[in-house]
Amino acid sequence: MITISKINETLFGKKLKVINIGLESFAEDLRKQGVKVIEVDWRPPAKGKKELLDLLDKLEALK
Amino acid sequence: MTVKTLVKKNSYYDSVTLMIITNDIKKLDGVEEVLVGMGTEHNIALAKDLGLFTSELEGVTANDLIISMKVADEGVFEKAVAKVEELLSSKQEEEEGEEVKPQSIDSAMDANPDANLVLISVPGQFAAREARKALLKDRHVHLFSDNVTIEEELELKKLAHERGLLVMGPDCGTAIINGAALAFANVVAKGPIGIVAASGTGAQETSTIIAKNGSGITQLIGTGGRDLKEAIGGIMMIDGIKALAEDPDTKVILLVSKPPAESVARKVLDVAKETGKPVVVHFIGGTAELVNEYGLVFSESLEDAAVKAVALSKGEEPKDAPEFSIPREKVEEIVKRETEGMKPEQKYIRGLYSGGTLCDEAMLFMTREFGGVYSNAPLSPEFKLEDSLKSKEHTVIDLGEDEFTVGRPHPMIDSTLRAERIEEEAKDPEVAVILLDVVLGYGSNPDPAGSLLDAIKKAKEEATKDGRYLSVVASVCGTEDDPQPLSEQVRKLESAGVVVMPSNIQAVRMAIKIAKRG
Amino acid sequence: MGISIERANKEAIERMQKSQPTLVGLDIAGNVVPGMKKKMILHAGPPITWDRMCGPLKGAVIGGLIYEGLAKNEEEAIELASSGEIEFSPWHHHNGVGPMAGVATYSMPVFIVENTTYGNKAYCTMNEGLGKVLRYGAYDDEVITRLKWMEEELYPVLRDTLKLSGPINLKNLIAQALQMGDECHNRNKAGTSLFIREIAPYLVETDYPEEVKSRVLKFINGNDHFFLNLSMPAGKATTQAAEWIEGSTIVTTMARNGTDFGIRVSGLPEEWFVGPALMVKGLLFPGFTDDDANPDIGDSTITETAGYGGFAMASAPAIVQFVGGTPKDAMNFTLKMYEITAAENDTYKIPYLNFRGTPTGIDIRKVIEKGILPQINTGIAHKKPGIGQVGAGLVNPPENIFEDALRAFVEKYVK
Repeated sequence: MITISKINETLFGKKLKVINIGLESFAEDLRKQGVKVIEVDWRPPAKGKKELLDLLDKLEALK
Repeated sequence: MTVKTLVKKNSYYDSVTLMIITNDIKKLDGVEEVLVGMGTEHNIALAKDLGLFTSELEGVTANDLIISMKVADEGVFEKAVAKVEELLSSKQEEEEGEEVKPQSIDSAMDANPDANLVLISVPGQFAAREARKALLKDRHVHLFSDNVTIEEELELKKLAHERGLLVMGPDCGTAIINGAALAFANVVAKGPIGIVAASGTGAQETSTIIAKNGSGITQLIGTGGRDLKEAIGGIMMIDGIKALAEDPDTKVILLVSKPPAESVARKVLDVAKETGKPVVVHFIGGTAELVNEYGLVFSESLEDAAVKAVALSKGEEPKDAPEFSIPREKVEEIVKRETEGMKPEQKYIRGLYSGGTLCDEAMLFMTREFGGVYSNAPLSPEFKLEDSLKSKEHTVIDLGEDEFTVGRPHPMIDSTLRAERIEEEAKDPEVAVILLDVVLGYGSNPDPAGSLLDAIKKAKEEATKDGRYLSVVASVCGTEDDPQPLSEQVRKLESAGVVVMPSNIQAVRMAIKIAKRG
Repeated sequence: MGISIERANKEAIERMQKSQPTLVGLDIAGNVVPGMKKKMILHAGPPITWDRMCGPLKGAVIGGLIYEGLAKNEEEAIELASSGEIEFSPWHHHNGVGPMAGVATYSMPVFIVENTTYGNKAYCTMNEGLGKVLRYGAYDDEVITRLKWMEEELYPVLRDTLKLSGPINLKNLIAQALQMGDECHNRNKAGTSLFIREIAPYLVETDYPEEVKSRVLKFINGNDHFFLNLSMPAGKATTQAAEWIEGSTIVTTMARNGTDFGIRVSGLPEEWFVGPALMVKGLLFPGFTDDDANPDIGDSTITETAGYGGFAMASAPAIVQFVGGTPKDAMNFTLKMYEITAAENDTYKIPYLNFRGTPTGIDIRKVIEKGILPQINTGIAHKKPGIGQVGAGLVNPPENIFEDALRAFVEKYVK
């Protein structure tokens, strides 16, 4: 069941405001185009440690 | 030469920043080899391969920065490390003056309820997690990252579909939303054509040719390269088509993809037909039958698709794009000029591509002409090059393939590898034409044409010295509004003797003509 | 049928937010502290044995035994302490907290802080001042004499003052202090000033000689950290209310004994997760070097656990004069803590952040996921007993304790 209007309503019909996670250059490029960007100071979750990520994912089910 | 290592714990920097720093450090005197990167498994393996692994690297995590070098002596290492610090801290200083950035996607979303799109380009093994968080908070996603599993992709697209959201990707290099170029995309004028593409450079070529023909686009929705595989079933292409159907500003819809499995193709074409709007379909290398069956418009090249979409948007007949858009006489003139100084044994085309789809288009048309084209990513397995670094007969190389981009910036950003290959090909006396794509836009090299000039000049000189003439044919995928204005880029290439054609397919055709001496 | 972490955490946070830590009186430890014994010594941090104790804690134990009359001198005290006759127990096992070494004995007077919303009580001794004091491991005559004075004069005067004034709302004082440049862990000047202002009118009405009342007021006035020993049990009383809620990942205890750093998590009742106490990085007083410093010590991290202290550094930019860095750093530390906490405090607000509530309720999942450890700022003790404070700075808990807690949590709740 899809409400198409969501893509049209919330994306095409609204001002674009982007959250950028990852390559900084993408955020810079958007700013050059006058787009409001929020950059996330991202780092690998759980410092990239697989064991911990797995534990966290197990807890997701208990939300 | 000695190997020296420094580890900075809990110092995360993004991969592009670090690659640029690595390249800068490599240029220093006394530095033979260098790795500046995060302590990921991948980089550890790379360090080992490069002979840069030392005991200091035991136990590093993906949050720790590795600086490892093969240097002439301790003094060189210290200088180099100081330079690294300088480069890193100049990045920090830019950021210090600003507010503290949110450290996670959740806090960013909570602080910005009006942020409607999340652009994700973190390493693949973490990307799906972030995308999911965004979808659960009802934000659309542009998932640039690749190395996301197909299972993760399916889960994300199902979730997005349920919530009426877009997930563009994974491995979606190009999108233009509300006039803003996202990731690797061009500045394309606004107009009545909406594009849904499962291909990055396919999207770039069609959108820029639309602009070159005086028209423009409403939205360019990328779906990622695997969307039309059976396992995914075209979820996002279908939702994208429906969104464009609903969009009052979109008068014509253009679809670009590699040929999907028939069942998926039919699903997509069904939906396209339902829109009631004119739809141009470009399944790269596909046949007209299926498209005609649904009463939609078939196109045989990216340019053809773009030209037809423009025609339809004006209410005109979608006539086939001509073989060449420049006058016949001009074409003959160019062929004559380029073949004049060629030796008879010069008969092969060597295509060196940065864009995967443009490379495919070249291979397709060259195969039809010559029966077979070698490649590192060939159309059929018997034409796989034994050694990707050694061309054979007609060869077209996709320099954006993984084997060339591990630990290196993509060829659209950094021309080093392609420049080297151009000079290499020039040494082969059987080469007639070097065929190139030059891709402009955000994300690309700040001066793609300029970055290739040296190599092109040297290559041509090499051939001339040897009593041959080396032809270089290129197309420039871009617009006048791009950060690297189109006309300027064309001028630079032409000043080095490059034959610049208005589109990739025309460049391919020109290369073929030259190779065959007309 | 399983637990809902979100629901459990919501309850834990709500209980913290609704808590009303209130000073209701003073009494002798032996009279009110649950489980207190004549031959028991309470200390800061997780459980520890004599042989593993650091210099300042050993010194404080020696001083405590002498003060309590269980030993006549250092030699006797050491023999007694290592004999096995003395029971060492964490303050946290007895509803209380102690700064630095945190040593308390049977006869020591304690503040009684009641969480009037839920009825639970928390206890803490009174702050002796700076320099050569018991909590930094000093135990000479000067220390003992002062402790005796506190028992014989300071305690009765304050006890009777409280009877006249009635209960004092500590939550209120902390909230005000946070808007006056304190963070109520390492900076307590405003809190101390507010407290003395609150009690002075009643203190003068108590039935003691003028010079006694005068000595008491002078003592409180001369100790910028007097309020710490109220802000700490206030934090304890607050976090207690959130303890042992099934399925909650909220941290309810953070504490150090100078050797180990321990945490406890609401959904894992009574379990300690322990790792090495780390070295504090900051500014040292003139004449001292890194070599002189003791690892992180004290129960004062109960303040961060309760949503102020180091987490409210944005309210106390002047603190950087002691811990190093710039006022912007102080701001950024608080901003970072929002990433690992479950809520923003209803009552403790930070003017510089547009009156945003302080980051409250550390969630172990977020600590692991984001790779951000709770930020603590704290005093540095000399590693040798009896010398005192040698500086102040910033420190974090060791990573492993949060990982261990996460593993234990998954082990318990995921079938």
